[in-house]
Amino acid sequence: MTHPRTVFDKIWDAHVVETLPDGTCLLYIDRHLVHEVTSPQAFEGLRAAGRRVRRPDLTLAVPDHNVPTEHHAEGSAAILEPDSRLQVQTLERNVVEFGVPFIPISDARQGIVHVIGPELGASLPGMTIVCGDSHTSTHGALGALAFGIGTSEVEHVLATQTLLQRPARNLLVEVTGRLGPGVTAKDMALAIIGAIGTAGGTGHVIEYAGDAVRALDMAGRMTLCNMSIEAGARAGLIAPDETTFAYVRGRPFAPKGEAFDRAVAYWRSLVADPGAQYDRTVRIDGGEIAPMLTWGTNPEAVVPITGTTPDPDAEPDPARAAQIRRMLAYMALTPGQALEGVPVDVVFIGSCTNSRIEDMRAAAEIARNRRVAPGVRALVVPGSGLVKQQAEAEGLDRIFTEAGFEWREAGCSMCLGMNPDKLTPGQRCASTSNRNFEGRQGPGGRTHLLSPAMAAAAAITGTLTDSRRFA
Amino acid sequence: MQPFTTLSGIAAPLPRANVDTDQIIPARFLKTIARTGLGRHLFAALRYDESGAERADFILNQDPYRRAEILIAHENFGCGSSREHAPWALLDFGIRAIIAPDFADIFYNNCFKNGILPIRLPRAACDQLIADASMSANARLTIDLERQVVRRPDGEEIPFTVEALRRHCLLHGLDDIGQTLAHEAAITAHEARLANSPCLPVLGF
Ligand code: SF4
Repeated sequence: MTHPRTVFDKIWDAHVVETLPDGTCLLYIDRHLVHEVTSPQAFEGLRAAGRRVRRPDLTLAVPDHNVPTEHHAEGSAAILEPDSRLQVQTLERNVVEFGVPFIPISDARQGIVHVIGPELGASLPGMTIVCGDSHTSTHGALGALAFGIGTSEVEHVLATQTLLQRPARNLLVEVTGRLGPGVTAKDMALAIIGAIGTAGGTGHVIEYAGDAVRALDMAGRMTLCNMSIEAGARAGLIAPDETTFAYVRGRPFAPKGEAFDRAVAYWRSLVADPGAQYDRTVRIDGGEIAPMLTWGTNPEAVVPITGTTPDPDAEPDPARAAQIRRMLAYMALTPGQALEGVPVDVVFIGSCTNSRIEDMRAAAEIARNRRVAPGVRALVVPGSGLVKQQAEAEGLDRIFTEAGFEWREAGCSMCLGMNPDKLTPGQRCASTSNRNFEGRQGPGGRTHLLSPAMAAAAAITGTLTDSRRFA
Repeated sequence: MQPFTTLSGIAAPLPRANVDTDQIIPARFLKTIARTGLGRHLFAALRYDESGAERADFILNQDPYRRAEILIAHENFGCGSSREHAPWALLDFGIRAIIAPDFADIFYNNCFKNGILPIRLPRAACDQLIADASMSANARLTIDLERQVVRRPDGEEIPFTVEALRRHCLLHGLDDIGQTLAHEAAITAHEARLANSPCLPVLGF
């Protein structure tokens, strides 16, 4: 291979088992993460065909979507909703039958699959990582090629440890300069989606680069890569660097000692060659990004907190104008309305986008010595049992509970309506999650996506608020 | 998987962009451990009101579209989650083909795994077909995958293309896993190459 290659090209080339005549590749998968929602039918398919899991040692399963955010010590038996309990217990049976490593609800390491993969060192630079979940893009923050797959592909990976894939196109998103004070990776992610649109990345893998990206810690990089799918991209990744290596070192499943040094030597090669070609390049000035939030029902409907909702009458494309009207009606907002000051009912700090210890700290900083506004329900849901332990060791749980936040156990929680944490119809939520689709957080619920600091600020004032006011 | 060769059926117009997977099948219906039975929850929030009664204004609640086998929509169909419950729900309802200007990647892929044919056509052609489908007496379209054409009610044919391997698998209803297992020797050779590589660690529980 002599032509200059991107990071994606290098990881891809290292994993091609075979190229079929029409250009489809058989791609080897280094790590397969499994959860309870998208796997039952895959295991059922294996069973029906009399197949085994080819490499259980490269597979790791954990329940997260259906898991209530309390009573974890009691395990799956404590799940009250029968269909949720059945799904989790089906996974528990399947991992025994097929010999797949498993982290049960009662284990301190349980958590959202995209939080625990990196946290345990199960996700590493240079790997191909898949999971039956679109936010698998999160793991690209380590410099891995990580993408979501459907259940048929879950079954395919379980049976063969490979996938049939066609190479993606390369999209370089370069964020230059420095983020302003109080501006976070979440704001960067929302600003990028606002700029390129929810289908802007379709067919592409995004490589994030530029000084503002390099300056992010690993938690911020995971937030950014997490939302690549919201821009339609297959995956998002960041070339590994010293920040990455320092993060990986010492994690339970990361290589140790001399093996780690050899790994780092290899990982250092995973940078774009000079002159590497991207199919597209988008440049954004990091210094221009303000704290962002969504006003509508898809993630490209974003504005700075200082902004207003759009006016459909000013939109020349009638289809687009109709869509704006529908979104405003669903969100109970009016054209040209200022976002700051809109009252919220619920605040949700959590999800695979923003539930790492750094996110907890950012929210706690604003919650410290303040009170949640009367009538607002505010939940803080750490992304894993280990994040929860760490936060408690730092006293963050007390800051939250003294301020009137609920401090919950790890899981997907109010990110999607699959467990007891849900919005009721008409409720407005300031949420650190990643999707604001109609009904995503519960039927009829209204979601504003924003950063942990912005969510905490909304909890304190009871309205959408520029978090920089609390700086 | 049921092979897909030609399909002549009722086409339902859904002229919306960004039809996301939460619209196609809301998360609360994902708690099943089966592949079938999701058809009644397809487009749940659009199809039923809070009391569970059908919304008369939704296309799939109207005749003849209740029996639609083809759906025609606008840009970025199937965006959002990787849930294969979305194609399962469509298939269980009876949809075998979807025509749109473009599709989200994972959804597009998931369709082929379930014998559903997603067809990309330019927006103008989609709008033309939406107009055809909206005249309910003419709502029948024919899709010929072998020849890669959509036939309008007036007989005009609109060509489309599908990647060769995907087309082959769909035409013959082939199971991917069985085909991949034929490459067993190559997979084993790849694993042997990586045995000492730092990028293939082994989880030890
Ligand atoms: S936190 Fe939300 S987006 Fe992330 S895996 Fe769970 S449900 Fe999906």
